[in-house]
Amino acid sequence: MSSVLFFIAAIGVISGAVGVVVLRNPFFSVLALVAHLLSLAVLFLLLRAEFVAAVQVVVYAGAVMVLYVFVVAYVGGEGETLGERLRGVGAHGPVGSGLRLGGAIVAGALLVELLIALLGTGLEAVNGYGAGYAPGPHAYGTPAYIGKLLLTRFLLVFELASFLLLIAAVGGVVLARRRGGLGEDDEADALAPLDLARPWGTGTIAEGAGMLPPADQGSPGRADRAGESRVETGAGRHS
Amino acid sequence: MSTTTYGWLVLAFPLAGTLVTALGFRTWRGRAAGWIATGAIFLAFLAALGALISLQGHSPQHRELVSSLWNYAVTVGIDARMSILVDPLSVYMILVVTGISTLIHLYSVSYMDKDRGFVRFFSYLNFFVFSMLLLVLASNFLLLIVGWAFVGAASYLLISFWYRRKTATQAGIKAFVINVVGDVGLVLGTYFIFKHTHTLEFLKTFHAVESHTHPAFGFAGDNGDLVAGCVLLLVGAFAKSAQIPLHTWLPDAMEGPTPVSALIHAATMVTAGVYLIARMHPLFERAPAAQDVGAVIGALTLLIAGTIALVQTDIKRVIAYSTMSQIGYMIMGVSVGAYAAGLFHLMTHAFFKALLFMAAGSIIGAMAGEQSLEKMGGFRKALPFTYACFIIGGLALSGIPPFSGFFSKDEILLVTGERGGWHWALYAAGYVGAFLTAIYTFRMIFRAFHGEPVPEARELKQGHMHHAETPRNPANGEEEDLDVGFPGPTHAIAERALPMKLAMALLALGATGVGLVQIPKVDFVIDDFLRPTFATSPLYEPHTKTGLLWFGLALGTVLGLAGIAIAYRVWVARPGTAAAIQARMGAVYELLVHKWYFDELIATLVVRPAAAAGAFARDTFERVFVDETLIGGTTGIVRAGSATVRAAQSGFVRYYAALLILGVTGVGFYFLLQS
Amino acid sequence: MSIAWYLAVSAIVFSLGAVGVMTRRNPLVVLLCLELMLNGGNLALIAFSRMWGNGDGQILAIVVMTVAACEVCIGLGMIVALYRRHLPIDTDELRELQG
Repeated sequence: MSSVLFFIAAIGVISGAVGVVVLRNPFFSVLALVAHLLSLAVLFLLLRAEFVAAVQVVVYAGAVMVLYVFVVAYVGGEGETLGERLRGVGAHGPVGSGLRLGGAIVAGALLVELLIALLGTGLEAVNGYGAGYAPGPHAYGTPAYIGKLLLTRFLLVFELASFLLLIAAVGGVVLARRRGGLGEDDEADALAPLDLARPWGTGTIAEGAGMLPPADQGSPGRADRAGESRVETGAGRHS
Repeated sequence: MSTTTYGWLVLAFPLAGTLVTALGFRTWRGRAAGWIATGAIFLAFLAALGALISLQGHSPQHRELVSSLWNYAVTVGIDARMSILVDPLSVYMILVVTGISTLIHLYSVSYMDKDRGFVRFFSYLNFFVFSMLLLVLASNFLLLIVGWAFVGAASYLLISFWYRRKTATQAGIKAFVINVVGDVGLVLGTYFIFKHTHTLEFLKTFHAVESHTHPAFGFAGDNGDLVAGCVLLLVGAFAKSAQIPLHTWLPDAMEGPTPVSALIHAATMVTAGVYLIARMHPLFERAPAAQDVGAVIGALTLLIAGTIALVQTDIKRVIAYSTMSQIGYMIMGVSVGAYAAGLFHLMTHAFFKALLFMAAGSIIGAMAGEQSLEKMGGFRKALPFTYACFIIGGLALSGIPPFSGFFSKDEILLVTGERGGWHWALYAAGYVGAFLTAIYTFRMIFRAFHGEPVPEARELKQGHMHHAETPRNPANGEEEDLDVGFPGPTHAIAERALPMKLAMALLALGATGVGLVQIPKVDFVIDDFLRPTFATSPLYEPHTKTGLLWFGLALGTVLGLAGIAIAYRVWVARPGTAAAIQARMGAVYELLVHKWYFDELIATLVVRPAAAAGAFARDTFERVFVDETLIGGTTGIVRAGSATVRAAQSGFVRYYAALLILGVTGVGFYFLLQS
Repeated sequence: MSIAWYLAVSAIVFSLGAVGVMTRRNPLVVLLCLELMLNGGNLALIAFSRMWGNGDGQILAIVVMTVAACEVCIGLGMIVALYRRHLPIDTDELRELQG
């Protein structure tokens, strides 16, 4: 029974993975990944990792993938067919096109290596079925088991991971904030003490190069907005 | 004060003069720097007198005094000290040098007035005097070579003093390069001698060579190393004293201001070669081959220079070739062993040659910088004092009694004749030279002062000195200005400038009277004075044959007067004779005007191959090998390498990811192999 | 099934993720393939944890998931920032860090 389930889940996993790589529309790739993740959760269950499987579904498939869906909906991006991709249509330079085939070959080499390592010489240990399993409330794989481990042996890891999450959250906000939003105008009018002594930008390289805005615009906020508009025009030239 | 302290003072005063004038060159106003410099040299002269008096206070056996200031490099195999040797020869030389230098400094105060480089001139002049004194006071080869090089440098600085004149800078370079050839000879000669004597000190070297038990060069006659060393020293002497074939720099050196010509190229620097041979007499006496070389070259020079002077038109060049010729006499003299006579001629020559140069400076001033004899004439009434000085100097130069040149020159020739054998040829050459000397000297005087007065002379008679509208280079007529690097606006003549008049008067007195200290058979002041230095020389006391003596004196006088008479006839009494002679002896004239083609010879043998080698090195070797292969190659390799590496920075993120995964694959492969 | 099968699946998923990272041009899909590689690693961790019988692998798998979440947050934030500045969402176009 477990073998059958294993094979079904394994096929789900691998087809999901193939789908992510092959499908043209990024939205379909996301969906393929969700399928992959759910099948992976089944595999985890087969390995008696109940809590991790649940976390996988709730966090990974539930939260992270939803975030992905939002971003794909917002950004979108054109996909391309596999054939186009392999032929290198629209790619730039020899690196762009030659990479396709080369990349596939390299990854294939990696796979072969891993399989050789796995199935080749004497890794007899992995031919077993694993350690024994004793069911119970604090058995292997239960939330209580995981919780106990997290708060005793892996406390530092736990704390660091939460710290990392905080950093990522702050970083995400900083990255995606819109410049020149609400509340910036007040800052722009406020005078820095130094502005009383001499005009802003005195003695900078920008002044030497003649790139300072005229004196009535004063402080950093306004110049920032001017900078943003310059970047936008630059971007327009880019695309 | 001890004798050697006077010696150090003699060195210290000019050095102090140099430093004071040079360091304060912005502070000295007007002629202050000139007076300071003249004062410094005058103090040196007084110190030289003190050294003389103090030296004579010692007994004759103890008149060679060495004083060392500090040990420079005294260790196994070498003894280099900063030491001076005060003995009769060096005291003689410092008296001549400081005495003449004082008068020339005095002259220059007027001559270089208002020149923008006035202070620089005097600091260079003092530096030159210091170097010359260092050269003659040196008690070892090290300081001799240092002094030798310094005088060469000072000569270069002073010849190209008016440095914006291209002709002057070229002349300075020519002089310096030829002097360097001499320096090489000097240093190599020193090495050859040092190799055997193992000491740099003169006195120790002479003891080593003269030793009866263990002479440094062995007992055989012509030891090869000694002859080689002496010949190389002669190369140095010839370069410095402008003898054939290293003489081509001296006429060009007349580009320098006239006081420079008077001091360096008449009285002092060019006599350094004579001093060298006299000082090294123990070595030369044991290398007769070298002595013969010196004598022959001296004789050749005096003849060749005399012939060239017959056709020169630049007044200073006439006097320059005359200097070359007279130095030839001196070199010949000290090479055949007439040390006292040669050095005596050095002194008298210093007097009358400096006088002639100063007088030439005066008439050049009257001509507003023009130096060509062809443009001069009839200055006799306009420049009476200058004319008198020229006559006195000319008579002394021509060897007319009772002027000083008569006694000194004839004494050299007397000793030469006494050596006998093939030296009679030199004796004859000497008298032919004397005849030529009289001719060219008075040719110069008659052309400049007799005949129709030129416009400048007429202006001067009316009391108004001629000034050119635009200053010009007298050699090639290029226009100049009056700023620094070119001569100043004032032109001085002796009649109007008291310092010049005073200096020339003193020199005229000397040129007239100094001969009286060494009248043959009457007094032997120079002989006696110099005897301690030459005590060990067998040639010093020749047995003077009285008959030859009177014959020589009479012949010298007759030839001198005959030369003056011929010059008078050709250039004064029958004008046009010169042109006729020139037309008839056209080929000879061409040879003489081209200075026996020595310049062309050196250009072909030395200059052109060197220039070709330089061009080859630059165009082929440097360009192809160094620039393109070595430098271009290394940078090319670096550039290609970095271009290759740069290709890895493509900016494609996927490319980097691929490299990462490739790396992981590689690591995995490695671990697979391990297990 | 023996642990080896699970490890084989993990290897296949990891390689497929590598292919995707190197091949796709859309940065969103590249990040998705990166998730694939991480999941492959997770599977291997859980499999080994089952083999040894202690929970270390599972804890580590949870931490990997945390890291993946953070990375997705930042990566998607960057893509949104790119989109906001009207830059092309294409890894081949974004190559100013070159030379």
